[in-house]
Amino acid sequence: MYNKTVMDHFRNPRNVGVIDDANGVGEVGNPLCGDMMTIYLKINNEHIDDIKFQTFGCGSAIAVSSMLTEIAKGKSLAEAKAITNKDVAEALEGLPKNKLHCSNLGADALQLAIKDYEDREAGIERPVLERKDEHEHSHGETCYCPYCDVEILDGVNFCEACQSDLTEEH
Amino acid sequence: MSVINLDHISSNPLLPEVKTAMIGAIEKDYANPASQHKRGEEAADALSKARTSVAKLINCALEKEIVFTSCGTESVNHAIKGVAQANAKKGKHIITSNIEHNAVIRSLRRLKSQGFTVTSLSVDQDGRVNPDDVAGAITDETILVTIMHSNNETGTIQPIAEIAAITKKNKVIFHTDAVGSVGIVPFDVQKLGVDLVSFASNTYYGPTGVGGLYIRRGTMIWPLLEGGVQEHNKRAGSENMIGIIGMGTAADAARRDMGKRLGHFNGLKARMMDKLPQSIDEYIINTNLKHSLPNLVSLSIQYIEGESVMLMLDDEDIAVSTRSACATGSLRASHVLLSIGLSHADAQGTLVVAFGIDNSEADIDFFLDKLKTVVTTLRDISPLYKNAKQA
Repeated sequence: MYNKTVMDHFRNPRNVGVIDDANGVGEVGNPLCGDMMTIYLKINNEHIDDIKFQTFGCGSAIAVSSMLTEIAKGKSLAEAKAITNKDVAEALEGLPKNKLHCSNLGADALQLAIKDYEDREAGIERPVLERKDEHEHSHGETCYCPYCDVEILDGVNFCEACQSDLTEEH
Repeated sequence: MSVINLDHISSNPLLPEVKTAMIGAIEKDYANPASQHKRGEEAADALSKARTSVAKLINCALEKEIVFTSCGTESVNHAIKGVAQANAKKGKHIITSNIEHNAVIRSLRRLKSQGFTVTSLSVDQDGRVNPDDVAGAITDETILVTIMHSNNETGTIQPIAEIAAITKKNKVIFHTDAVGSVGIVPFDVQKLGVDLVSFASNTYYGPTGVGGLYIRRGTMIWPLLEGGVQEHNKRAGSENMIGIIGMGTAADAARRDMGKRLGHFNGLKARMMDKLPQSIDEYIINTNLKHSLPNLVSLSIQYIEGESVMLMLDDEDIAVSTRSACATGSLRASHVLLSIGLSHADAQGTLVVAFGIDNSEADIDFFLDKLKTVVTTLRDISPLYKNAKQA
């Protein structure tokens, strides 16, 4: 199911843990979908000095978190802000199409953590993150039918290819 | 490949005697059993012999009440759609439960799009349907009740005989998906009183790709596959002789060894339940231990996700099944687990451990030992575990 790189990051995840005095924290996902990720950042002089993660999720989710933190560690904030989910998936040498859903969390969590840092620096009180209870994916990114892997368009709730009702997933 | 297989719900190895019988059938090069010449009759005899073996397994009144299909799913589709279409003039209401296999759910979904209505009954915390709820849901329009005998995710067994008494009284056809049960536990269609039973060969160590549908004589049902007059005009298509012969042989073995196998499974299950608390904590057993298959335990391990557990155990050469959304590819938690009251998070951490005749006590001990390490490792990574401990 997963290639060697993904399995390596799953079996030996890098940067697992918590930073007690983190100055940027980002949490995405929810147990409803089966994936949840928290990224902790220690930022000094606009650089990510340290980064750690905790993840509740499948092999893909853990591998994504690990690779993401490996890519982001030591980067400047400007460089880190440019990291996308696609970058993480490519660094992992690809994920199964129906697992791209899991990989969406990675860079999203990092960006949220950076925003948290910037808000704290600016003295902005961040609202408590409200857990979203539906399937979320960025509009414009491709989504695939979880039953037959055929690409489906946004807002579509019925897969023509396999006649599956996707009202709940999509 | 030497793997401890605790995923006997997904597939089972063939018995040696089944392999022998199937290879024999391959060598024999059976003619078409529908042919009227000598070679055809020889094939028809072999087919009839296999049918009798299967009929005896579930105590049919007549061997021709057994229809061979390609799998449990085909049997379910045939039962549900065949009854619905044949009885549509009488009524268009069907009763089912919230915990059925997707073969039932999606067959019913298809019928709903064609004007049928469905009442889906909830189960209690123990995962069981209340027969009184079935009685309460029956109307003048009801033509079919379809409730599974045992659930493939939890192993829980439903009160089928009690429900059949109600459907019989109300003259409603009763189908049960017994794919997990036939060949594993004693199954007597006369004692149970059901009209239609879906089952599959691989459950009891026969080949995959062949299943059966029991149709009680007199049941109004249309065929699913139409064409020739095979299977007493109930299921068209030249029969899969090699598979059916394997299935018949497996049925004979299941009947012969059932007592021994039950003892074996019950022993392994008891050992697992006894030693599990020494291995891990904070888990939920989803199986109704009083009413369940002897060879299956479903457990939800809190704060971690099922596919990760499955992959790490795979690294230790232990095969188990998981019901997490990611692993089943459905992107949502199991409807069965949610129906018995599990939270989404807990449902995602579900393992299904299913024993086989090839498993030993040492397998159980090894699995529990490795499970301890896997769960500790994943909980160390889990934000849910961290939050729970801090709270």
